[in-house]
Amino acid sequence: MTTESMEPAAGAIATPHIQIKSELLTQRVRSAMFFLVPMLVALLIVAGWPLLRTIYFSLTNASLTNLYGAEWVGFRNYLSWTTLKSGKTIFSGTLVDPVWWNAVWNTVRFAVISVTLEAILGMIVALVLNANFVGRGLVRAAILIPWAIPTIVSARMWGWMLNDQFGILNDLFLRMGLISQKIAWTANADTAMTAVLMVDIWKTTPFMALLILAGLQMIPKDIYEAAEIDGVHPVKQFFRITLPLVRPALMVAIIFRLLDAMRIFDLIYVLTPNSSQTKTMSVVARENLIEFDKFAYGSAQSTLLFLLIAIMTVLYIWLGRVRFDGGDR
Amino acid sequence: MDATAQIWTYTKKTAFYLLVIAIVVIAVFPFYYAILTSFKSGTDLFRVTYWPTSFSLANYASVLTTGSFPQNLLNSIIVSTAVVVLALLLAITAAFALARVRFRGRGLLLLTILSVSMFPQIAVLAGLFEVIRFFGLFNTLWGLIFSYTIFTLPFTVWVLTTFMRDLPIEIEEAAIVDGATPWVIITRVFMPLMWPALVTTGLLAFIAAWNEFLFALTFTSSNATRTVPVAIALLSGGSQYEIPWGNIMAASVIVTVPLVVLVLIFQRKIISGLTAGGVKG
Repeated sequence: MTTESMEPAAGAIATPHIQIKSELLTQRVRSAMFFLVPMLVALLIVAGWPLLRTIYFSLTNASLTNLYGAEWVGFRNYLSWTTLKSGKTIFSGTLVDPVWWNAVWNTVRFAVISVTLEAILGMIVALVLNANFVGRGLVRAAILIPWAIPTIVSARMWGWMLNDQFGILNDLFLRMGLISQKIAWTANADTAMTAVLMVDIWKTTPFMALLILAGLQMIPKDIYEAAEIDGVHPVKQFFRITLPLVRPALMVAIIFRLLDAMRIFDLIYVLTPNSSQTKTMSVVARENLIEFDKFAYGSAQSTLLFLLIAIMTVLYIWLGRVRFDGGDR
Repeated sequence: MDATAQIWTYTKKTAFYLLVIAIVVIAVFPFYYAILTSFKSGTDLFRVTYWPTSFSLANYASVLTTGSFPQNLLNSIIVSTAVVVLALLLAITAAFALARVRFRGRGLLLLTILSVSMFPQIAVLAGLFEVIRFFGLFNTLWGLIFSYTIFTLPFTVWVLTTFMRDLPIEIEEAAIVDGATPWVIITRVFMPLMWPALVTTGLLAFIAAWNEFLFALTFTSSNATRTVPVAIALLSGGSQYEIPWGNIMAASVIVTVPLVVLVLIFQRKIISGLTAGGVKG
């Protein structure tokens, strides 16, 4: 690049004007690279390299105290088997670990239920906010509050409200006759997941509602006016006009939330510690990494979660491109 | 209009407003109840009430004078502020390159940056743990500031890039004609125009850093370096029956009130920032 601008080639000296312009362009591209480098280096150190190291650790027998003396063990942390003399084969590794599969099941269950309910409730809230009424600004401000509260704080707040002896929700539900006796929401195996879902839905429905609302506001008003004149019932208007037109925004919101729900950690760690009914992939992986000193084993589980989310992301980008190219209506 | 139609209209209106009230109550009640609890002390704490009945600052006094909570609060402020400054500094120059300069591989680069924001934090935890120990940053605030760039940087770059791309080319051309270098263009021409976007992304990055839990829990090991989310999560009594709920609620209110106030002041900007990061992403 430098030589080019110092000694312009024969073809480049068409007019002085063009020469100055191309020099400017080279200078711009060069400074662009210069500006990009710090950000790229930062991302490389903090994301790219650690990810590679996690994958590497998952193929070794590393432990917290012995990170560098680790030996290569291949896929043993994922799956390995030995055949006994009796002909019986014993499998070991994450892929046959019932604790891991329980965590996978919890994560998927949590993600699907929470995102589905959040989409429905978010749609309702978004429709309300899209209507014209007195105090709309107040409602919008109110729903931002759950979003603004740190997850740990909401876990603690709800933990107190769901307390078996002194919790206000037991008191309220008893008064309303919804339950006949006080329930230990977070400790009970049957209700732990319900408690987690309750808090997550409360906290993230606002985000969903705001994303859907942005989609709703892009729908031209005259479509509804035309439907009104034709006497189309409001319910039919929703399913025939609103839903198809808001679908792109809704899908993006759902996929964003789904990816987010798959990696949930903090809420479960604080609200229902030690409950096997709610432990997700992230919780189990961290347990192995840090608390049980099975660093390599935890790395393997982290890698599996990463692969799962990576596949979902690729699918999302792929499907998203199909939509933006107009392949879909 | 006949009577039945009028009744029908009123019923619909009432139902709508009931729904509105339900939404507001459900959204606000948990925080209201946390504030209510934080002002109760002694045995009052264990009596369920729906309205304020007593007023005591004992929980606040206890949280702010005993233990390490003030230090944790300071840590959170330092970490979050540093993260915002670092992310904005790295992102604004990168966004200029990504939004205003054509070069090969730009689309791929943007896609890579976007995919980093999809990373599950747990996937880099093991590797990052090693990197942080290697640099001697374990159990320091620097370790947190450093590791938080993984989720603040992609997001700030993305939002600032979309914002900068929409600015007209003419203002830049005028500066180029005047012989301004790219650095001057960024600081003198774009920065003044970008205040709204900088405030929004800065605020969102601040909130993300303020709330972060997994890294803060894993990369610190003493009360002196913990941030508030970890401190609040680890506040506990001798046994399950001695959990200091009053203190926890007071601490929760202290760390949440500034955020709620900020969010309510900047609500329009935040909503546009969230939807830009989401819908356009």
